Amino acid sequence: MAESIKPVHVEEVEDVVIRFAGDSGDGMQLTGTQFTNTAAIIGNDISTLPEFPAEIRAPVGTTAGVSGFQVHIASRDIFTSGDEPHVLIAMNPAALKVSLGDLLPGGTVIVDEDEFTPANLRKADYLSNPLEDGTLAGYHVHKVRLTTLNRNAVQGVEGLSAKEVDRSRNFFALGLTFWIYDRPLDSTLEWIEDKFKKNPPAQTANRRALEAGYYLGETAEAFSTRYKVKPAALPEGNYRKVTGNEAVALGMVTAATLANKPLIYCTYPITPASDILHFLAPLRNFDVRTYQAEDEIAAMGATIGAAFGGAFAATGTSGPGLALKSEAINLAVVLELPMVIVDVQRGGPSTGMPTKPEQADLLQVLFGRNGESPVPVLAPQSPADGFDIAVEAFRLAVRAMTPVFVLSDGYLANSAEPWALPDPDTMEPIVITHPTAADYGEGNPFLPFGRNPETLGRPWPLPGEYGLEHRIGGLSKQPGTGNVSYSPDDNERMIHDRAEKVARLAEVIPLLQVFGEPSGDLLVIGWGSSYGAIHQAVERAQRAGASVSAVHLRHLNPFPANLDEIMHNFKQILVPEMNLGQLAMLLRAKTLLPVISMGKVRGRPFKISEISARIDELLGNNA
Amino acid sequence: MSEPIQLTRKDFVSSQAVRWCPGCGDYGILSQMQKVMPELGIPREKIVFISGIGCSSRFPYYMNTFGIHSIHGRAPTLATGLKLANPDLTVAVITGDGDGLSIGGNHLLHAMRRNVNIKIFLFNNRIYGLTKGQYSPTSLPGTKTKSSPLGSIEQAFNPISVALGAEATFIARTVDVEQKHMGETIRRAFEHNGVAFVEIFQNCVIFNDGTWAPVTERDIKDDNRVVLEHGKPMIFGKNSDKGIRMSRCMQPEVVSLDDVSPAELLHHDEHDENGMLAYMLSRMTYPAFPIPVGVFRQVQRPVYEETVLQQVADAQARRGKGTLRDLYSADETWTISRNGHDPDPMLFGEG
Repeated sequence: MAESIKPVHVEEVEDVVIRFAGDSGDGMQLTGTQFTNTAAIIGNDISTLPEFPAEIRAPVGTTAGVSGFQVHIASRDIFTSGDEPHVLIAMNPAALKVSLGDLLPGGTVIVDEDEFTPANLRKADYLSNPLEDGTLAGYHVHKVRLTTLNRNAVQGVEGLSAKEVDRSRNFFALGLTFWIYDRPLDSTLEWIEDKFKKNPPAQTANRRALEAGYYLGETAEAFSTRYKVKPAALPEGNYRKVTGNEAVALGMVTAATLANKPLIYCTYPITPASDILHFLAPLRNFDVRTYQAEDEIAAMGATIGAAFGGAFAATGTSGPGLALKSEAINLAVVLELPMVIVDVQRGGPSTGMPTKPEQADLLQVLFGRNGESPVPVLAPQSPADGFDIAVEAFRLAVRAMTPVFVLSDGYLANSAEPWALPDPDTMEPIVITHPTAADYGEGNPFLPFGRNPETLGRPWPLPGEYGLEHRIGGLSKQPGTGNVSYSPDDNERMIHDRAEKVARLAEVIPLLQVFGEPSGDLLVIGWGSSYGAIHQAVERAQRAGASVSAVHLRHLNPFPANLDEIMHNFKQILVPEMNLGQLAMLLRAKTLLPVISMGKVRGRPFKISEISARIDELLGNNA
Repeated sequence: MSEPIQLTRKDFVSSQAVRWCPGCGDYGILSQMQKVMPELGIPREKIVFISGIGCSSRFPYYMNTFGIHSIHGRAPTLATGLKLANPDLTVAVITGDGDGLSIGGNHLLHAMRRNVNIKIFLFNNRIYGLTKGQYSPTSLPGTKTKSSPLGSIEQAFNPISVALGAEATFIARTVDVEQKHMGETIRRAFEHNGVAFVEIFQNCVIFNDGTWAPVTERDIKDDNRVVLEHGKPMIFGKNSDKGIRMSRCMQPEVVSLDDVSPAELLHHDEHDENGMLAYMLSRMTYPAFPIPVGVFRQVQRPVYEETVLQQVADAQARRGKGTLRDLYSADETWTISRNGHDPDPMLFGEG
């Protein structure tokens, strides 16, 4: 880029949090994604949080229709998409209204001044113009006539309607943001080139808009400071960006490939899990067979049928769908077939907040079925961790011959972070032996429910195998034969065996590593997507000299074997979770310790500051 | 490995004691199924019976094949998943009027719409038996049961019309006491490549005895039902003296062969693509018309699971079998090395 023609102050910062906000038709997700990709490619650590309305197109200009994309970029290791944006780019009054409350005090606001018309202010329920009435006092405000400047920049491109001209406005804003944060345009220019190769007018318009935005930063006096965020010291390797949904999908395909099995993914569309299906559906050349069922129950039934047939079978859903699947999941539990059930949790109860995260399905997953129905439950702690969790879920499923849950949430599902590509050659294969008639004989009959003495898993005999014809079902069974039995002894034996085989998975799941000292005043225990916020709050407290440690549970059933012991080494235990204390309840029951619950059900992830405040409060009380 | 041995009826009888009420129509169906299976030439281990819940759904326990006794109404979903995993298996679904048309109605419709190559046998006794005698979705209006003491006030489903509406490619009806006809219908269902839906009139001797009497009682049945045969005129009656003809208003009408020659009668065409004839036949019911039994419709359409596997084969032929390395780098990647970072050339994959 050319030298600046005006004095520019360059400030180096460790990290910055930017939120792009506009109407859901304004292309904010795209803008945020382009900014993120560029930051990732130049080596920053990144973490993103898209936020979009459940409505596909809410009325234009209203607060209900605001779509936002928050990105945190840093020169160090980061764990969250940031508590409070440093910079807000608001494309209309409604976007300003929705996001201003989250902005860091003293932060920067860039608005499209053209959009602050009386009509638009009314749509956003502003009684007066916030650009003039003191609403923005205390913030660093850039009023930019974005729409007008963009029209000027794109003027003369043949074959575009006025509407299409304005549609490139997001690239103008992106160009300006690139200048402020000293990012190159190359990656986005290449993307525009490729994406719009069949639509040359749009290609030209978007390119011009992007460049014009950049040069506005270069030339306008108002923009006098640029911020530099150096590359982060990430470990060496090849990286890509993954969302939680993508990582889970990648993990499932990996597990199936390691086992030399087809992956059969049976599901019914539901927010925020559908992207797993979208990711898997084109992977036919990996022998991924996706099946969009007629309803949630059918998706679960087909998953069971596919597992019976010997495939690596999985389903994905969210809380309301899981409720529908419950009866079929119980059948899977008693048929003792391996499969993976992904629950991407969203705000409940009932339809709740489909696009917002919550962690309130934990007890549903563990206890939401009739009878004694033990299931292993795993939860990724970051988007990329979804990969490892999905692979491990299949390993545990075939070991214990049981359905295994992966509890993700709407935050993990849509957030992205860099993922170091693993080396497939170093991955341990998943070895599965299906029995044949030759394995049995006189004195050693084929027993469909005979158990491996070590794991208590049953064999996985496949239909099509000569001599192993047998029937299985939902009725109570005789151990070994699996024949229908209502005998009290048989019923009790089978219930105990199913519980025990799940409990024994604790022998193969990793022990917890304490972050911080192994004993002290306070232990913070979390699970799932709150890892980042908890980790950073605890780190902050540790730096300030507090006696605080943390453990994060990626395994919720069974718990890691050393959890109990660790918990007893601390004076107080705090459990932040996005529900009203479900893990806290389980931990109290397990340890009889007075665990302190910190619940949040606002459809938004924890902020670091919220957890920090609670830590300070508890340690203050403790002192 | 399986050896080419000739199987017999006995090979399909499991060790489990059959526990239906004495006189239940299910015995006849089980017996005919066990008789037909060896005639199909399919190795026993390649056959899977899947059922839901209800009297009929005990069926898989009594067949010495692979089997799943699943949950209420969901058998078609398990069957679909199983066929996706292994299309080589022969998969049959055993269901009833409650299991298949009430709690599992949605799955039945969609399995037929997709043309999954499964064989669905719906035992229709127009009553809930296992829960001790409530009206079912095929009970006629007015049926008095424990749950409808004043008589059912609900319109009954016509299973054949439902199957036609759901676009099933093989649709037939048979009767539990007609062993020969039932055996032939079962055989044809298994020989069809695609979904087969067979309604079997079945008598519940305890809660709805005689519900099909007009078509099962020896002295009246021939006057009350017409046996469909492809390409043949529709003739019925104890003395084969009646037929079905289309009126000028395009309505079926019963005529006497004394007045009308067989050539003028309606001739059956199983392969009628648009299904109009089959639908009309499905609406014919006692007492205004004879009830048709036999194959209403047999047409060919792509089979669901075969198409999925074809997509896999095509994708692998076109793009090669995917490797994990391909998968991981199918999105934009970048490299971080000790010397700093080198963005890789943009790698855009097809995903």
